[in-house]
Amino acid sequence: MHPKRKKRLIVVLAVVVLSSAGVGLVSYGLRGNINLFYPPADVVAGKAPVGQSIRLGGMVVEGSIQRSDTSLDVRFEVTDYAGTVPVKYSGILPDLFDEGQGVVAAGQLDGEGVFLAHEVLAKHDENYMPPEVAEALEAAGKKQ
Amino acid sequence: MAWTWFHRLGSSPWVYRFSGTLLRFLLPLAIAMIVLGCIWGIAFTPPDFRQGNSYRIIYIHVPVSVVSLAGYYVMAVAGAVSLIWRLKVADMAMRVAAPIGAVLTFLALLTGAVWGKPTWGTFWVWDARITSMVVLLFLYLGVFALYEAFDNKTLASKACAILSLVGTVNIPIIYKSVDWWYSLHQPASIKFTGESTIDPSMLYPLLWMIVAVYLLYACLLLLGLRVTLLESEAKTAWARKVVMEVK
Repeated sequence: MHPKRKKRLIVVLAVVVLSSAGVGLVSYGLRGNINLFYPPADVVAGKAPVGQSIRLGGMVVEGSIQRSDTSLDVRFEVTDYAGTVPVKYSGILPDLFDEGQGVVAAGQLDGEGVFLAHEVLAKHDENYMPPEVAEALEAAGKKQ
Repeated sequence: MAWTWFHRLGSSPWVYRFSGTLLRFLLPLAIAMIVLGCIWGIAFTPPDFRQGNSYRIIYIHVPVSVVSLAGYYVMAVAGAVSLIWRLKVADMAMRVAAPIGAVLTFLALLTGAVWGKPTWGTFWVWDARITSMVVLLFLYLGVFALYEAFDNKTLASKACAILSLVGTVNIPIIYKSVDWWYSLHQPASIKFTGESTIDPSMLYPLLWMIVAVYLLYACLLLLGLRVTLLESEAKTAWARKVVMEVK
C-alpha cells in the first residue's frame, strides 16, 4: 500500500475507534438516564425517587387486576419476580394490557410505595405466532 | 490481477455501463419480490395470537429498519474509500446513500409509530431504540446537508466522509439498544444464534421482504449513482453520447 494511503487508512480507523470509545464512555456514564423505566425491584429497594415523574416497567401479576364497577379506576400489581409494586390508574388501558403481560406505566410513587400512573402502555414481547400455535402451546403447558 | 476491478471503478463510463447492465436484472427482480412479499405478508400469513392483523406492518417496518442500518455502513465504507483512495465513484456512492438512508429511516420511524398506537397505546416514546433511530435520521440528513453547505466540493466530501465515519458508532447502539437498556421496544425476534421467536409461517415472508428491500436499496443506489455520474461529467464526450442516445 502507498504510504500516503496507509496514513489516511490509519487516520480513518483512528476516527472510528476514538469516536466509538468516546460515545461508549458517555453512554456508560449516563446509562441510568437512558433506561426508559425502573424495574419493580429497584422501586422496592428504594432506588426510584418518590414524588417525581418516573416510569415503572414489568409484568402484570396474574389475578391482580381489580377494576372499579362505576369508574375507569383500575388497580394492579407489576412485578419482575424480584419485587412487586402496586399501581393505581384511572383511564383507558391499551388493548394488549393483560395479566401476565409486559407493561410500562408513567407516573409518580407516593409515600406508601404505591405507583400512581397517569399513562399505561403495553410492552409487547418478541414472540410472534399464529393463534393456533399459541393455543397448542397453552394446551401442552396445561397438561404438564 | 486482483486489483483490476478496483481500477475499473475509477473509470466513469465503465461504471455507468456496468451499473446499467446490473439494473436491467436487479430492478425488475426487486420490484417483483416486493410485490410478491407484500401479497404474501398481507394475504397468506396467519394473524398474530395477540396483535391480530396489526402485526403485518412488520413486513415493511423490519426490512426498512434493517436496510437503514446496513445502508449507513454502505455510506461510511464509501466515505472511507473516498478518503483513502480518493475514488470518485466512492464519494458519489456516499452522497447518494445519504438521502436513500434518510427515507428508509423515516419510513422505519413512521411505520413504528403507526404500529405503536394500537399495540403500546402511544405513537411515540423516547426510549433508547427510538431515540437512537432519530439520531440516525439526523446523521443521514446531516451528511446530506453538510455536503450542500460547502462551496468547495472536495472539502465537502472529506467533511461528509468523516461525519459518516463518526456516526458508525450509532449503528451497534441502535442494534443493541433493546438489550443494553430498559426500553419499550421489544428485543429482536430474528436471532442469529439460537431459535427465532417468530413462527416460521411468519418468518419466511419477513426474510423474503428483507432480501427484497436490500435489492431495492441496491437499485436506488445504482440509479442515484448513474445520475450523479452523468451530472458531474456532463462536459465529457461519453456522457454527452449517453444523453444523446436516450433522447
